[in-house]
Amino acid sequence: MLKYLLPLGLFLVLVVFLAIGLSRDPHEVPSALINKPAPTFRLPQLKEPTRTFSAEDMKGKVWLLNVWASWCIACREEHEYLGGYAKSGVAPIIGLNYKDRPEDALAWLGELGDPYQLSAVDLDGRVAIDYGVYGAPETYVIDKSGTIRHKHVGPVMPDVWSQEILPLVQKLNREGTTR
Amino acid sequence: MTRSSLLALFLLCLIPSFATAQVQEEERPSDDPVIEARLAKLSKELRCLQCQNQTLADSPAGLAADLRREIRVQMKAGKSDQEIVAFLTQRYGDFILYKPRVTFTTYLLWFGPFVLLLGGLYVLFRYIRQRRDSIPEKPLSADERRRAEELLAASGKGAA
Repeated sequence: MLKYLLPLGLFLVLVVFLAIGLSRDPHEVPSALINKPAPTFRLPQLKEPTRTFSAEDMKGKVWLLNVWASWCIACREEHEYLGGYAKSGVAPIIGLNYKDRPEDALAWLGELGDPYQLSAVDLDGRVAIDYGVYGAPETYVIDKSGTIRHKHVGPVMPDVWSQEILPLVQKLNREGTTR
Repeated sequence: MTRSSLLALFLLCLIPSFATAQVQEEERPSDDPVIEARLAKLSKELRCLQCQNQTLADSPAGLAADLRREIRVQMKAGKSDQEIVAFLTQRYGDFILYKPRVTFTTYLLWFGPFVLLLGGLYVLFRYIRQRRDSIPEKPLSADERRRAEELLAASGKGAA
C-alpha cells in the first residue's frame, strides 16, 4: 500500500507548493528598506520650485511618501482616494513626482485635486533609485524617527488603506519619537 | 492577478507611446570602452524589476536605463563591481540578482537537485540489488547438463 501512497503523497505536496507559488504576485518584491532609515534627499518642490524639501524636514512626524507621476495610469486610479486619506488627518502625504514633466504634473493636480502637503520633483529618478522604486505608484510609511516601516507597491485602494496603512499609521502615531 | 488585469497589461504593452510622457534622457554610452564592457557584463547578471524577466542589459524600460546610467556613474567614480552590486541589493534586495546568492534560505534551491540525484541513485541501486537477489541460483541437474551439452554440440556442428 505504501508503495502507492508515497508517490501520491509526494505529488500532493508538490501540488500544494505549486498552487502557493502560482497564487503569489511576482510583482510584489519584498522591500530591502523596511526598518532602515529613509534615504535622505533634497529636491525642489513642485509648486514652489525655489524651495526645497528634504526627508529630514519630516522628523518627529509619521508621514507617507507617495511616488506618483502624471503618466502613470494606476496613479490616477489611486488619486481619487488620496484626498480622503489626507483629509482624515492621520498623516501628511508627501508626493514624490517621479520622472514627470513639471507642467504635466501641475496640470494633473489642477485637474484632479492636490492631496499632497507638497510634492518633491524627482526629475531624473535618482532619489527613486535610493528608495528602491520600481513601479509607480508606491507608498512608504515613515515613522517619527525617519525609519521606513512599510512599503506598498501599486495603488492604495480603500481596502489597502483600511487594512494595511491606517492601522500601522495609528500605531506609529502612538509611539514616541525615540525608538 | 485577474484575467482582466492581465488583459489590461497586455493592451498597455501594445501602446508604444505609453512611456513617452515619462521624462527620459537619451541614454549616452560612456566614452570609456572599458566601462561599457564592464557594464555589458554586469548588467547581464541583473534583473530589471520593472519587467522582471529581462536583464538590465536587455530591458528598454525607463528604470533599466536609469540604473545603467547610475552604474556608469559609479564605475566612472572607480567603484568595483561588488560595490555596485551591493549598492543595488541594498535598495532593491536580492531579487535584482539573476544568480541567487547562497544563503540559508536558498540552500534548497542550490543543493536540492543534487539531493534528488543522490536519492534517485540510492533508489536505483537498491532496486537493482533487490532484483538480483530475487533471482534464485539453481544449479543444473546432471540430466539437464547432459542435454545442454548435446544441444551445444549439435549447434556447433550445424554452424561449422
